[in-house]
Amino acid sequence: MDIQSKLAILADAAKYDASCASSAAPKRTSRGGTGVGSTTGMGICHAYAPDGRCISLLKILLTNFCIFECAYCINRNSSNVRRARFSVDEVIDLTLAFYKRNYIEGLFLSSGIIQSPDYTMEQVVEVARRLRVDHDFRGYIHLKTIPDADPDLLKAAGVYADRLSINVELPTATTLQRFAPEKSMPRIEASMGTLRARITEAKVERRKSRKAPHFSPSGQSTQMIIGADDTSDAQIIDRAASLYSGFKLKRVYYSAFSPIPDASSELPPQQPPLLREHRLYQSDWLVRFYGFAADEIPPPGGMLDLDIDPKLAWALRHRAQFPVDLNRAPREQLLRVPGLGTKSVAKILRIRKFRKLRSDDIPKLRVATAKVMPFVVLADHTPHRARLEPADLRGRLAPPPRQPDLFAGV
Amino acid sequence: MPTVTLQQPDFRHWRKAARQLLAQHCPPDTVHWELRGQSAGLFGDAPGAQAHSTTQPKHNAVPKAFIDLAKTAACIRNEAVWPLLYRVLWRLTHGERQLLADTLNDDVLRLRRWASAVRRDVHKMHAFVRFRCIDDQGTERYVAWFEPTHRIVARAASFFVGRYANQHWSILTPDHCAHWDRSRLELTPGLSLADAPAGDALEDLWRTYFASIFNPARLKPGMMRSEMPEKYWKNLPEARLIGALERGSGAQLQGMVAQAGSNPDNNRKRQAQRTQIRAALAQTNCERAVKPGVKVS
Repeated sequence: MDIQSKLAILADAAKYDASCASSAAPKRTSRGGTGVGSTTGMGICHAYAPDGRCISLLKILLTNFCIFECAYCINRNSSNVRRARFSVDEVIDLTLAFYKRNYIEGLFLSSGIIQSPDYTMEQVVEVARRLRVDHDFRGYIHLKTIPDADPDLLKAAGVYADRLSINVELPTATTLQRFAPEKSMPRIEASMGTLRARITEAKVERRKSRKAPHFSPSGQSTQMIIGADDTSDAQIIDRAASLYSGFKLKRVYYSAFSPIPDASSELPPQQPPLLREHRLYQSDWLVRFYGFAADEIPPPGGMLDLDIDPKLAWALRHRAQFPVDLNRAPREQLLRVPGLGTKSVAKILRIRKFRKLRSDDIPKLRVATAKVMPFVVLADHTPHRARLEPADLRGRLAPPPRQPDLFAGV
Repeated sequence: MPTVTLQQPDFRHWRKAARQLLAQHCPPDTVHWELRGQSAGLFGDAPGAQAHSTTQPKHNAVPKAFIDLAKTAACIRNEAVWPLLYRVLWRLTHGERQLLADTLNDDVLRLRRWASAVRRDVHKMHAFVRFRCIDDQGTERYVAWFEPTHRIVARAASFFVGRYANQHWSILTPDHCAHWDRSRLELTPGLSLADAPAGDALEDLWRTYFASIFNPARLKPGMMRSEMPEKYWKNLPEARLIGALERGSGAQLQGMVAQAGSNPDNNRKRQAQRTQIRAALAQTNCERAVKPGVKVS
């Protein structure tokens, strides 16, 4: 099979992994070296596909042959998908050729399990080792780690990679058991724990000596599939919060369960719940950057409102805490105002040291003025209490109902 | 009214003129700014002595934050930036030293928006430059053609030096061209598209990747266009696939949903979908030829 056919198969097989992040790696350049590559800390999206997703890395599988039988996965053992396998050399050549032409920031390598988890992980690590050691490649490397592989292999992976990830796959141990019989949540968590310990240890060592080696310096991340089982948003948000705190994850990615060719009949055959995925990311942000506790965000029913964003929904449930005076309120309260992002809040705090904010300043912040105004007091503006009544406000701020269209982008 | 003619539309030339104007106490509303070549017969008029203010500058030193902001904003392709920069400089040195802190002040806001448009353009240049590998008399040279929105070539070049320190490369643009010979960065006058290589055999593989990593079940063309505006498409080898991928995605998804839940016996249908994508790819396999040499400077 030629390289083009392999690439088509093994990129197709990798696209259900949401992450394409190339940020937060330690800054480095190729100056003084022999190879190619740099990282700037911020990550670059070199292209966007018509699915709106960033193409930053060459995201491929080493092989999509797999001995596992995970129902949600296009590469599961019983799937009729076409199979291919790259050699270690082919992945290295492709990465370098793409990189030298400025198509990519680096490599995100994952793999189906062949022979054994250890054998597969050895191959994945070998690609990274040779890129770094033989080719002095200084671009970004993200390796998908196989939880059942030997801890020594995980440790080797972290020496060459900027980021490691292990997918928890599903929000609960019960559904993981049901859909991925060969995987086990305790083993996944044990591996995540090993990585966390090693990442922290390396950070401490590097604080003592700049010569100490890096270990997965941009941390670890994970992914869970949304909508393949009946887990509620409240459970998912809670699960993510415990993953962030328990394993110091950089990111939890949500992947709306996507119809795959030749899907297992165990799975729901519908459009991926993209809007739900979006609302979960918004609540993820509220926990990470806006000071919300995980249990404050979901409404009593446990499912996020799809029509309005979770911060607005929270504000409508807590009308007594509004309006907030933009000229006086502390940062924590400003962050809870619907429509204000962290950057707008920083600007407000800066400006009000010098002068009072007025209503004509709000559009200049480039925020959704109609969303903000009912919740704030300004030097020349006090919202009518009555306008904060739920029926009226929700009616004005929620989008008009739409006809569901199975094939429309959301 | 004194007329200032900038020899080059860049920060260095503006600063020189602005220093002179400030020393002669010319208030901003008395100065007319233009670019060399913009209007004949007005070459190099020194700032006139006829207009001067009685207001003395309180501090001639300006905050470093202004220099950074001005250097960035000065790259905008909009000549209204020169008088605006001078007005903000005047205000900073005539009693409004804290002006920059009021980020919503109209003058400051406009400068900041221009600076952020410039930063975005630099970021997009880092992202969307596509090198084509050519054999330049035995040396492997990577050459790209790019059309930046603003005057950013010099500003964006250092990123490529850091990333590609050990390969020979050139980025050709209509404004300036940047060349790196593994030790020195050189800027030369602008060129045209015809001076750049027409293709690179690797682009077929890159298009294969672009088509294969796309998930037709998640079509969001608006999102793609806001991050990768159409003005860049003509120089992106993968962009010619977008139309075919967008048109095919509804049909592909319908196929998947119809199949889902059936017995795992759908190889043929799936193969048909792949053939469809490969057909889209095949239509575009036109430029295998690589130009033998490229004229630089």
